[in-house]
Amino acid sequence: MNEKNNSLLVYTLIYFGFLYIPVLFLPIFSFNDANYMSFPLAGFTTDHYEEMWSKRNLHKALWASVKVGVVASVVSTAIALLAAKAFVRYKFRGQNVSYGAIMMPFLIPEIILAVSILIIWINLGFPLGLVPVTIGHILFCTPFAMLILIARIEGFDFSLEEASRDLGENAWGTFYRVSLPLYLPGIIAALLLSFIISFDEFILAFFLSGSDATLPMYMWNQMRFVKKLPHVLALGAVIIVFTTFIVLLAFWLRNVGQGKEKQDIAIKL
Amino acid sequence: MNENFIQINGISKHFGNVKAVDDVSFSIKEGEFFSLLGPSGCGKTTLLRLLAGFEYPTNGNLLIDGSDITALPPDKRPTNMVFQNYAIFPHINVEQNIKFGLRKLGLTDDEIKKRVDDVLALVKLEGYEERFSGQLSGGQRQRVALARALVRQPKVLLLDEPLGALDKKLRDEMQLELRTLQKEIGITFVFVTHDQQEAISMSDRVAVMSEGKIQQLSAPNELYKNPENIFVSDFIGETNFLKASTKSKDGDQINVAIEDLGDFKVKNNLNIPENSSDVVCSVRPESMMISRDKSDWDICLEAKINQTSYLGEMTRFYVEVSGINKVITVSSQHFDNQSFDNNTCFISISLEDISLLQKK
Repeated sequence: MNEKNNSLLVYTLIYFGFLYIPVLFLPIFSFNDANYMSFPLAGFTTDHYEEMWSKRNLHKALWASVKVGVVASVVSTAIALLAAKAFVRYKFRGQNVSYGAIMMPFLIPEIILAVSILIIWINLGFPLGLVPVTIGHILFCTPFAMLILIARIEGFDFSLEEASRDLGENAWGTFYRVSLPLYLPGIIAALLLSFIISFDEFILAFFLSGSDATLPMYMWNQMRFVKKLPHVLALGAVIIVFTTFIVLLAFWLRNVGQGKEKQDIAIKL
Repeated sequence: MNENFIQINGISKHFGNVKAVDDVSFSIKEGEFFSLLGPSGCGKTTLLRLLAGFEYPTNGNLLIDGSDITALPPDKRPTNMVFQNYAIFPHINVEQNIKFGLRKLGLTDDEIKKRVDDVLALVKLEGYEERFSGQLSGGQRQRVALARALVRQPKVLLLDEPLGALDKKLRDEMQLELRTLQKEIGITFVFVTHDQQEAISMSDRVAVMSEGKIQQLSAPNELYKNPENIFVSDFIGETNFLKASTKSKDGDQINVAIEDLGDFKVKNNLNIPENSSDVVCSVRPESMMISRDKSDWDICLEAKINQTSYLGEMTRFYVEVSGINKVITVSSQHFDNQSFDNNTCFISISLEDISLLQKK
């Protein structure tokens, strides 16, 4: 019994070690007073962080990523919500085909999706930039958002919607007063996940962004010059902190202001 | 009192090849406690959902209080529903649940408050305003569902097996309470159930359904005493069927040959034709008498007791009569499983209590 517990503990430590130690190097080297990532550490500095304030291209790329992320997550969650509702609630002709079609970007290699959009976009004579990147991200995020929402909506009691119609609300009133609040935990989760997927997406951005770099594109561009590496490490460290914060925020949002029973419901949903 | 308050005219509802409701027509009176009774899959719930507007009929039309509601969506109908699982909104409290349906009625704040207070008193839920559905018992949820529907003062209240989820004692209490409530407020109730005891104890009239059709529509005592066909006789209460064939008519009565028993003259309420072999005689277990000695009733048979079940207020005997290849059920309040030596007894039947029914 004891031995078994120990081997499980060792396995757990190794697992989390592989997962997180490389990530920890990022913040460590971001405070190191040297241009190279190597031990021993040369000394403590916050220069690399200060450097970020002066990089106008970095600010532009950050702003581009936020814009793309917000639009892509909102649009893909909206599409995913309608699709998930339809798939769970109704049985209709072509259900499996349309489910497969929506899931396709999740399954085919991203680079093929990127090249296909690139070819069509250029042949249509439109300029590369954030617009095709956003379209690509919507395609790419929708299946993720839909999977989350289907899981949430599957446990939903649809007689609640009938009860709302019965009590005098039309379809929109029912959606706003009953469905939306009850789907909300799923919707928030889908929004955050879509945003994060879009925020660190590289391949689509690489092919479609043209001269409008997103944040991952900016980082990739900087990596080619040794001297510019340290402030990318600092940027990476900030992104890790920011991502962790978003996830914690999502959990907090789900639970805030809810009684015990409501929490149970939220978890069930 | 409007005799045709709800009119159901030639209503059919088909799901693919399945005729869930098959060309049904009848009327429900104003202020009536009306039940739709039948086994699962008989079409009773579909008919209720057609009245609520959750389904639209394949054929036919529906009128409530003179106006055609066939094509109206649920939110435009003068009906409200108590759902089988109650469907209490889990994200808002009891008070907000009850107020949910008042938003679009254009009431002032004072009117809303009065209506909510009144309905809370009516269903005895004062003090539970702040609770959420997860903090309520089954019976309390049912009261919230009832209050939420009644607060809109609908012309018709639809109830979809609302007592099915409650335990027996609570169910019996709620039956009585619902009945009292309905008489008090005078709203027309349409009640769906598969429980025949529930339907006959609560309703003014009952429509027994099977395979999408109405088998019989009568007052509860009529259903029990004068079933119009084998399905109803079998579904309402318990009964014994004896094979028979008709002979000649004699006024209101008809001569029948009951298999293995002989020829008798019985009442013929359903006007069954002469010389038909497609008939059965139905005799209720409690209309027969079981005794130690021979009686002078119209039919008296010596029998052997196979099995008994003691039910407290009565005992049910399963007996075999020599010459009849069938176990007959007799119930008695006077005798129990200890009463008979050697398991021999006499069972007596009065011709009055024999219902003659036609096979399909």
